[in-house]
Amino acid sequence: MNRSVAETRERVEKSLKRRRWAELRFKTYGLCAVLLGLSFVVLLFGSLIAQGWSAFRQAYVVIEVHYDPAVLNPEGTATADDLAVADYAALVRTSLKTRFPDVEGRAATKQLAALVSNSAAQTMQKRLAEDPKRMGQRETLRVLASDKVDQLLKGRIDRTVPEADRAVSDQQLAWIDALVKDGSLSLAFNKGFFTQGDSREPEQAGVWGAVVGTLYTLAMTLALSFPIAVAAAIYLEEFARRNRWTDLIEVNINNLAAVPSIVFGLLGLAVFLNIFGMPRSAPLVGGLVLTLLTLPTIIIASRAALKAVPPSIREAALGMGASKVQMVTHHVLPLAMPGILTGTIIGMARALGETAPLLMIGMVAFIVDVPKGLTDPATVLPVQIFLWADSPERAFIERTSAAILVLLLFLVVMNATAVILRNRFERRW
Amino acid sequence: MSTSALLLVLAALATFAYWSGKQRSLKLVGGGRGIRRLHSLPSYYGLLTALWCGLPALLIMGLWLMLQDTVITALVKSHLPAALSHQNAGQMGLLFNDIKNIVLGNIPADGARAEVRAAALDYQRLRGIASLSLTGLVLAAAVAGLALVRARIHPELRARNAVEKIVEFLLLGSSMLAIFVTLGIVLSVLYESLRFFNAVSVQEFLLGLTWSPQTALRADQVGSSGAFGAVPLFLGTVMISGIAMVVAVPVGLFSAIYLAEYANRGFRAWVKPVLEILAGIPTVVYGFFAALTVGPLLRQFGEHIGLHVASESALAAGLVMGIMIIPFISSLADDMITAVPQSLRDGAYALGATRSETIRNVVLRAALPGIVGGVLLAISRAIGETMIVVMAAGLAANLTGNPLEAVTTVTVQIVTLLTGDQEFDSPKTLAAFALGLVLFLVTLVLNVVALQVVRKYREQYE
Amino acid sequence: MSSATAPNEPAVAGLPVPVNCKTVGRVTVDNALLSARGVNVFYSGKQAIQEVSIDISRNEVLAMIGPSGCGKSTFLRCLNRMNDTIEGARVTGSIVLDGQDIYDKRQDVVQLRARVGMVFQKPNPFPKSIYENVAYGPRIHGLAADRVELDEIVHTSLQRAGLWDEVKDRLNNPGTSLSGGQQQRLCIARTIAVNPEVILMDEPCSALDPIATARIEDLIDELRASYAIAIVTHSMQQAARVSQRTAYFHLGDLIEVGETDRIFTNPRHKLTEDYITGRFG
Ligand SMILES: Nc1ncnc2c1ncn2[C@@H]1O[C@H](COP(=O)(O)OP(=O)(O)O)[C@@H](O)[C@H]1O
Ligand SMILES: [Mg+2]
Repeated sequence: MNRSVAETRERVEKSLKRRRWAELRFKTYGLCAVLLGLSFVVLLFGSLIAQGWSAFRQAYVVIEVHYDPAVLNPEGTATADDLAVADYAALVRTSLKTRFPDVEGRAATKQLAALVSNSAAQTMQKRLAEDPKRMGQRETLRVLASDKVDQLLKGRIDRTVPEADRAVSDQQLAWIDALVKDGSLSLAFNKGFFTQGDSREPEQAGVWGAVVGTLYTLAMTLALSFPIAVAAAIYLEEFARRNRWTDLIEVNINNLAAVPSIVFGLLGLAVFLNIFGMPRSAPLVGGLVLTLLTLPTIIIASRAALKAVPPSIREAALGMGASKVQMVTHHVLPLAMPGILTGTIIGMARALGETAPLLMIGMVAFIVDVPKGLTDPATVLPVQIFLWADSPERAFIERTSAAILVLLLFLVVMNATAVILRNRFERRW
Repeated sequence: MSTSALLLVLAALATFAYWSGKQRSLKLVGGGRGIRRLHSLPSYYGLLTALWCGLPALLIMGLWLMLQDTVITALVKSHLPAALSHQNAGQMGLLFNDIKNIVLGNIPADGARAEVRAAALDYQRLRGIASLSLTGLVLAAAVAGLALVRARIHPELRARNAVEKIVEFLLLGSSMLAIFVTLGIVLSVLYESLRFFNAVSVQEFLLGLTWSPQTALRADQVGSSGAFGAVPLFLGTVMISGIAMVVAVPVGLFSAIYLAEYANRGFRAWVKPVLEILAGIPTVVYGFFAALTVGPLLRQFGEHIGLHVASESALAAGLVMGIMIIPFISSLADDMITAVPQSLRDGAYALGATRSETIRNVVLRAALPGIVGGVLLAISRAIGETMIVVMAAGLAANLTGNPLEAVTTVTVQIVTLLTGDQEFDSPKTLAAFALGLVLFLVTLVLNVVALQVVRKYREQYE
Repeated sequence: MSSATAPNEPAVAGLPVPVNCKTVGRVTVDNALLSARGVNVFYSGKQAIQEVSIDISRNEVLAMIGPSGCGKSTFLRCLNRMNDTIEGARVTGSIVLDGQDIYDKRQDVVQLRARVGMVFQKPNPFPKSIYENVAYGPRIHGLAADRVELDEIVHTSLQRAGLWDEVKDRLNNPGTSLSGGQQQRLCIARTIAVNPEVILMDEPCSALDPIATARIEDLIDELRASYAIAIVTHSMQQAARVSQRTAYFHLGDLIEVGETDRIFTNPRHKLTEDYITGRFG
């Protein structure tokens, strides 16, 4: 070489400082990226929990009710049907007025009544229908407070802003303070959130309807996608010869796994609803659409699991004179099953989080009743979240976050199952 | 008989067929030691009988149920009095909704017009006939299959081979479903799009600068369409996806690099799963996060520095979409980086390259095709992402390059056009399918190219 | 480090050899460039080589032979700290290059590897053009002031590696488009482009056919004039053809060192003799 070793060393040394800096910079970028990612996770969960945890508690008022026949049955001739539509709201007003005897006038009474959810009247109606002997008697009932009272107790309505800009008037504030003071208004575990369907009134809205809808939809999805996906994977891995046909199938599967989910919704709308005339908003159709959506995922995972079974096992089975179907069903499939199940759970977790395609087939309708079958109108958790997120009432924000926490809990359970399954049963050959 | 009851009966018949086929084969050879004279194990004769009993019947039932509603509706329509049958498609749809609701008892029949009530009765009568004939047909098919196979059972019948042929056929059918789904998507979306393009020219759709499908709703404008120039949607989609990629690519790539090349094992073992949580979160959650947390944050920040940020801005949606895509990029990049053989790294280190020089000049260089493929897949994802933009980007079809303003995207418009009250056949709803077609084609091209690139890359180092 | 010297060795200029050194033959040389003393390597606590002491001198080829898994590569990788890249690897003892301990905290590995280059068993050209492969080292180390100088370095390096005539018309083709033997010579050109003082070679011919092997062996012989070379090989013929000194490793121990002629004709240690006569290995 035409340059001396000493000269080379000098040049290398000269470059070192710059390069150490570049190294440090590069490494710092990397670390920053990781920390940024982590902080997104923290921010996301932090904001959800901060907004959502309070929804698990709810404001209840204890009131004294008098099932007054003079109000409910003024003529004394009411049948059970008449009683069902009687003026229970008047009972609520009366019992509140007994608590605050100095309230006068329609406007003030209306304000007072607004402290209690309109579900209070329904509660009374139900109590009376259960036991008609309650007519004329008195009892102490715990009923839902209205969403505004609830939000105030949770500190989400600012007492210090001027009355005109506040959802709760000064007068109402005074009543609320009095009720809190004597212990008849307080926060308690929000059971209704887990047992009721949707409602326009935030304090009455619950996730149970959506949870049941989700269960029906996912059951339908699982029942269809698991057998079909496993069958398809077995065919492609064990039976198909490689030719243009199987290549086409493979390209199709890989591509379908990356097609935007909303396109599957369009397919569902055009084919299942418009051509086949299936019912809108039904878990049946939701399940069909999600089946098509999750099939590629499960097929790909199942193929990987089948591929991981060593060829020696197949040779051993065939060598014993087993047919190909016997080889697969007796030997290969059982060995691949943990991997297939893991893939299936992951596919189901994906289906659980899907929203867009279900909007296309009408699962976005406002549905109060808890669905009772595959063809009942239903909604699912993610769509419920979408609907609530769109609602203007303040109190829906915490419900939305809480519903998200419920959804995430489902996802965590599913993914944890998948991980455990993988760690427990996955074999390294 | 109701569908589920019919299914139960069918299952019972198939079980009986299994037992009967098995018994018959045993009886033919005198049972016990005679089994050796049978070509296959007795259970295969049972299976064969059961399959022939159940499968054709199921097939008939499936086809029937698929077509039943269409046929009955057509029949009822043909029986309608003239006063009702001369309506446009939208009104017809509403009429049939009423009819079905009366039949289901959702609407009291006495409230409806006499003609409608008659149609409902007609509908109900036809449904009754259909149900009865379906039951008869399915049961006949099942019994016939059972009897035919049972009669043909003899010791030389290759029952196992026959059963396996059927099984193989079913497996093949399952794998072909992927093709049918693609075909279904293409045909259904294409069909509706073509109807749309009858009303609105392709040029206008692809090149027009104004998008206001709502005007088509106004009664005085029925027939005349609104403005269906989709360029604002395309631009909005590109802008939001662009912002997302600007966030996701550097963050995803650098975190993959850091975790693969710098982090020690303990750090990696903790951080990787935590970052992957981001990938498992449903998009509706991101949408909520964008609309409720990021949007207002950006707005406040904008006010602070004297910028007007719309409450539903492209920036908020893009940022959050970027966060969603980070784990996608980083796990793909991680795969690609770890696939680069150690020998290449050794070569660079042995020359005295620093770690970052090795990564930039050798590892990333080698992994580039794979990473590009991954980024293409990520772009396809961003374009097709729906919930985040529906919840955070807004509906205003602004033709703007300003990320602080509200824009709308292809997916948002599909959702808006197809949810809520819809009248089928209007250009407004058909436009959603045209948008869906564009979306499908663009993502298809991206996916195929990306998958090809990634596959080539993987094969290179296998 | 112990100041005592091995009993049967005359004290010479250079580093003293630890007393517990059991190696047969003289491990030191008069003008040592690189000296290893009492080197141990552990992989995640498992010891791979123990107490290896040996010198490498300028203008000489040192061959390392021994059954596979005996630690030859491990030792070679210590000499330019390539073991740093392996998680869980730990090196003790001292290795001195020109009076400087290369495991010293202040030693920059980048600088060290610029002085001690390495060629690997499997040719590993970068996924870049032939030109860029050779220019890479000079570029990162800032050895060329301008393009002309860089061209010059690439030219001389390829020429010295005996590859210039074969590739001069296709410098922009990818390095991976060459044949295996050419790729290996490209890797050698890449190494000498940095103008190192020591070149380490780990079985550089084991992936090549006999003709390519012969060319590389000729090349090694030419390079000896300018560099100190240490080569690991599993072929005794190759060791005999290219090296002046030979070291025999066995199960992590350096058993015997000596003039190549002497080792192959008159091994002193039983294990060396067994290996050379083909009784195992
Ligand atoms: N990266 C590593 N991690 C753990 N053990 C290793 C590693 N590399 C080599 N070893 C072990 O160290 C010993 C010496 O290996 P090596 O130096 O590669 O032998 P040689 O090159 O002489 O064939 C062997 O037992 C080998 O298993
Ligand atoms: Mg080796």
